[in-house]
Amino acid sequence: MPKRIVAGIRNIGHRVIDGVWRLGVASRFFLLVLFKSGTSLRRFNLVIRELYFTGVLSLIIIVVSGLFVGMVLGLQGYETLQKYGSESAVGTLVALSLVRELGPVVAALLFASRAGSAITAEIGLMKATEQLSAMSMMAVDPVARVVAPRFWSGVISMPLLAAIFSVMGVFGGYLVTVVFIGVDEGTFWSQMQDAVDFRFDIMNGFIKSCYFGVAVTAIAVFEGYDAPPTAEGVSGATTRTVVTSSLAILGLDFILTAFMFRGVS
Amino acid sequence: MQRTTMDLWVGLFVVMGIAALMILSLKVGNLNVYNPSQSYVISGNFENIGGLKVRAPVKSAGVVVGRVTDIQFSTQTYDAVVTMNMDSRYLFPKDTFASILTSGLLGEQYIGLAAGGDEAMLKDGDKIMKTNSAMVLEELIGRFLFNKAAEDDSK
Amino acid sequence: MTSEHLIEISGLNFSYDTRAILKGIDMTMQRGKVIAIMGGSGSGKTTLLRLIGGVIQPTSGYVKFAGQVVHELDRDALFKLRRKMGMLFQFGALFTDLSVFDNVAFQMREHTNLPESMIRDLVLMKLHAVGLRGAHQLMPNQLSGGMARRVALARSIALDPMLIMYDEPFTGLDPISLSVIGNLIRRLTDALGMTSIVVTHDVQESLKIVDYVYFIADGVIAAEGTPQEVRASVAPFVHQFVHGEEDGPVPFHYPAQSYQKDLNLENKRA
Repeated sequence: MPKRIVAGIRNIGHRVIDGVWRLGVASRFFLLVLFKSGTSLRRFNLVIRELYFTGVLSLIIIVVSGLFVGMVLGLQGYETLQKYGSESAVGTLVALSLVRELGPVVAALLFASRAGSAITAEIGLMKATEQLSAMSMMAVDPVARVVAPRFWSGVISMPLLAAIFSVMGVFGGYLVTVVFIGVDEGTFWSQMQDAVDFRFDIMNGFIKSCYFGVAVTAIAVFEGYDAPPTAEGVSGATTRTVVTSSLAILGLDFILTAFMFRGVS
Repeated sequence: MQRTTMDLWVGLFVVMGIAALMILSLKVGNLNVYNPSQSYVISGNFENIGGLKVRAPVKSAGVVVGRVTDIQFSTQTYDAVVTMNMDSRYLFPKDTFASILTSGLLGEQYIGLAAGGDEAMLKDGDKIMKTNSAMVLEELIGRFLFNKAAEDDSK
Repeated sequence: MTSEHLIEISGLNFSYDTRAILKGIDMTMQRGKVIAIMGGSGSGKTTLLRLIGGVIQPTSGYVKFAGQVVHELDRDALFKLRRKMGMLFQFGALFTDLSVFDNVAFQMREHTNLPESMIRDLVLMKLHAVGLRGAHQLMPNQLSGGMARRVALARSIALDPMLIMYDEPFTGLDPISLSVIGNLIRRLTDALGMTSIVVTHDVQESLKIVDYVYFIADGVIAAEGTPQEVRASVAPFVHQFVHGEEDGPVPFHYPAQSYQKDLNLENKRA
């Protein structure tokens, strides 16, 4: 029996050491990417090319989901607020939940599964087919030429996508409550504008989405670059990107929210 | 994919994103109503602030003219010092009356300003002298019961 | 730099952890020659190429390329050195997101400031040399295996390197593509005056085109010589390899205890 306990403890220790080691490798890789970002910022068309794949191609899913999330929020919010006779506050509810939380978080989750997994798969496949080795044999650093542009395109497109998501959500809420249900348009907007503060709500939401963008793309490029160069390796890495970055988004969200809104209420 | 089409799409995407940020700031948020860069700070001592919170609006005649930026407890006067950031478009006389009011029965609390008749205006860093505390439900009920008892006695 | 040896390898050892892959390799390679490195799977041939390219560091010994010891160079000098080398990977390793044209132009755009019109001419010349000028607009996924490898060959000669390393260039090709690639290696080496190192286990095809052969087995050079010497060799290992015999110095059976013992036949008899 004690033998089994020792084995169990050893197992835990093994996992912890592995995890910390991997975290260290990932952090060093992250610093390496930042360090080698000079090329991609000097030759910005490399980033623009990747912006098309990470940003433009994520647009449809962001717009459609934003619209539906906003519509559901409007409907549910109206149903609940109506019981207390304060259905005029539905605009506030929709806007505050979107701008503070749902916009950055849901957009980042969608971004992780749409663009993050694509980045991992692409870099992983380039590694598996020796394209990265070929590049470095041609005296071109693959971290600077392949990884850094993808990283920066993700960092740039995430806040923009989150903002588009929030706007579409507010529009969806407006559509349901004002156009379909018939809440007064004036109160909808004025209540919303009264409650949503530029610095505390919109800026904080924006800052959050910037953090999420860095986290998701950093995880995606690391998993791709670190993937075992086989078909199973790449598919495993893609799954890990989605799982790890989703957890990172939710964890970061809690930490950031705790920091941002602690002094407020 | 042609370079030019790709550039067009990316350009469109960035413009959309920035437009979305502008809409959030101007239409959803209140950046146009309240600009902190053009403001002045005043403060007032309240005996009881009730449920007033930082960022609560300061209204006059129902129009938002500023926001509460800070609430402190003073150990000299043993009351609450409320700091307000006021929109510099709106100036108020020195003898303006500030009271803590509630919007609706269960709504948020805010500071209401009622202008006085003084010629001198409040400047940055000034203090409002005339304040009225928040209504506290227990006190209201207590006062009501006291009045009722006094009425009964006088009969 | 006047030395006629482009590459000198001396006392080269390399091991992963404690497992020795290469044990004391000595080689010299002259300019303008095609050299084949042969050996069974897992004999350390590809490792040798990676050591020449400076991708990995030797445990001891050195590789000298054009008078410079490769593993003593810092990053910038190593990258400068690699511009004089080309490498053809097993399956070509073309950049899948770039067209054939852009693949060949890649190094020119990264390392030179040539005007786009000149790059265009150069790329078409390189593609013409491998017979694929007409395919310059295709994407890599539209190419057959042999074509992809020819494009990769055009890409690796883009900057007129002094050395090209071929990692298993004949794997998985049909007989026609196979001899096309083989002849291209010979022709380009002669025409451009470069040196080629071919790592392969395709004996028959490579003996037709190379000038010198090294056999590597168990991390040491088992035999070497010109194709004529190799064909005529009576050394048991070379003979087995060249003629593809099943059993010989490289045994068919993985080392094991006796067959009878494994099947518990000895015990029953006892």
